[in-house]
Amino acid sequence: MLLRWRSQAKRSQLQKKNVYYSYTESFYGPDIASAYYILSLKGGFRYVGQSEWFRANQRGKFSWDFLNHKNTPIEEADMSYTIINYTGLENLERQRSLRTLKLKGCPEVDDWFLARLHLFQDSLEELDISHCPRITTGGLAALRNLKGLKHLNVSSLPGISNPGLVIILLEEMLPQCQITANGYDHNLRKVEEEEEEQMQRQR
Amino acid sequence: MWRRLQVKVGPARGLITSTQVTRRSTLGFCGSDLETHMEAMRKKAMDALPGSSWTPLEINPNLPPERADIVIVGGGVVGWSIYSQASTVLSGGGIRQQFSLPENIHLSLASADFLRNINEHLGVLNEDPIDLQFNQSGYLFLASEAVAHIMEENYSTQRYAGAKVSLLSPTQLKEKFPWVNTEGVVLASYGLENEGWFDPWSLLNAFKRKAISMGAIQCCGEVTGSCWSTATATYGHLQSCQCCQVQMPNSLEYQPVECAIVVNAAGAFSGKLTEMLGIGFGPKQSIAGIPLPFLNLNYAAEPDVSNLEVDHSFFQENVWPHLAFRVPAFEKLKVTSAWAGFYDYNTFDQNAIIGTHPLINNMYFATGFSGHGLQHSPAVGRAVAELILDGNYKTLDLSGFSFNRILTQEPKLETNIV
Repeated sequence: MLLRWRSQAKRSQLQKKNVYYSYTESFYGPDIASAYYILSLKGGFRYVGQSEWFRANQRGKFSWDFLNHKNTPIEEADMSYTIINYTGLENLERQRSLRTLKLKGCPEVDDWFLARLHLFQDSLEELDISHCPRITTGGLAALRNLKGLKHLNVSSLPGISNPGLVIILLEEMLPQCQITANGYDHNLRKVEEEEEEQMQRQR
Repeated sequence: MWRRLQVKVGPARGLITSTQVTRRSTLGFCGSDLETHMEAMRKKAMDALPGSSWTPLEINPNLPPERADIVIVGGGVVGWSIYSQASTVLSGGGIRQQFSLPENIHLSLASADFLRNINEHLGVLNEDPIDLQFNQSGYLFLASEAVAHIMEENYSTQRYAGAKVSLLSPTQLKEKFPWVNTEGVVLASYGLENEGWFDPWSLLNAFKRKAISMGAIQCCGEVTGSCWSTATATYGHLQSCQCCQVQMPNSLEYQPVECAIVVNAAGAFSGKLTEMLGIGFGPKQSIAGIPLPFLNLNYAAEPDVSNLEVDHSFFQENVWPHLAFRVPAFEKLKVTSAWAGFYDYNTFDQNAIIGTHPLINNMYFATGFSGHGLQHSPAVGRAVAELILDGNYKTLDLSGFSFNRILTQEPKLETNIV
């Protein structure tokens, strides 16, 4: 029972953080609401036309200067190592000029999240989903909707089983995109070792 | 007296073991025989004592219980999902939102939501998380000139209901999917989100595991009969099913299970089940005379369904030419494996029958999905559970799928059947 409580508490905290910020949106507009969401999850972003990045520090504190730029859409968002998930992505739904999205090491980003990225299919040019433990091959198939993608980083994804094959298929699916995939062991020796293990087990 | 017997057996066993040890060293060749005999004696003695599971009458442990609150007939995903929320493994395992009836679209959307959060809904503590291997590609429907207007209508219904679908012209289609031959295609409809295919076996197992962890009892058998009690109401005789007879596979043993509610989720065999329970044999003009419009048979163009053998020539002659025309890369296609299974095909209007029967007051139907049972199973399970527990649909209104439309002969047609 204690274990169940603990897991339920964790889940409800995740849901609370990723709730839709409709209150903020009704007062300040959708862009400020998205900006506030990114900052409260300890991420960072950059507005269109500005070169300054707004970030929250380790403790979650951030400056309120971003309020000065009303009605400016967001161009780049860095949500690496945050707990953004499928429901949280609703807060960024209105950002149709988002060009870069960094989701390195996010524990809650899974295949359904990738499928929802079709919202940014016209504008997104750079996507970084390396080190996300929940992504599998099925989710990578959903990236075919992102026609404008130029840079894709799929390094060190523990969830995909045949990284070499998957990268080849991705390159075929997105011909204009440059794919970075480091951190995989493409050694053929591993396959031979697995075959030997299987034979031993059969004996 | 029993305790004294125990005490006696205790030291007796000790003696036996000690003699065994000495004997093993001296009499090598008959030592093993003696050991087995001693072991058997010890086991018999233990069984005779109270607290063991031995009984003088041999009872099959796989029999269903004598009494159950709800009996769900049918071991597919729909049946198990009804339990865990209040002949699928052979299914293709896809889910899509591109239907023409708003209820079907809502059902698919609700099921997709369920599958997205499946570990929250069906997770059992201390067990592995569920991996459905969901592949997030969408379904692509192509329309020729004759049916393009139907596709446009469906598109607006789908968007209104909240499905994420987009219409593509032939040039856009060629850009997105260069391997498709766009000859004869005037319009295409592509699902952007919440569509794809997954492993139905893992979904079935997940439902089963959760249901068993919540207290359901699984038995393998066939329902061969039932007994009734009748009550008279103003418009006729109301029947209620009192018990079902469940027969064990490959044997003559059967067990009558007394139950309060029966849920018919038997898929392709739902028609047989209702016949067994008396529907369809009354006088032609009465409600009891209308049978459940089911067949195990299929569309006229599909292969013979008297058995489950695969008809390979059907693929070669009817399916492969169309595939090769539409996708030139499939000209060099070879079939590696094939399987056959039954559709629970509703001959009336190819849509589900969900809800109660007007004459039997404790039987609930959840059948007739004509190929969509898997993708609607979580949402239908929730709806029937609400119906049983609360008496009304709470989240999704599926009263359009009730049995009444068969009585009034008003078909609810779904044009996008696959």
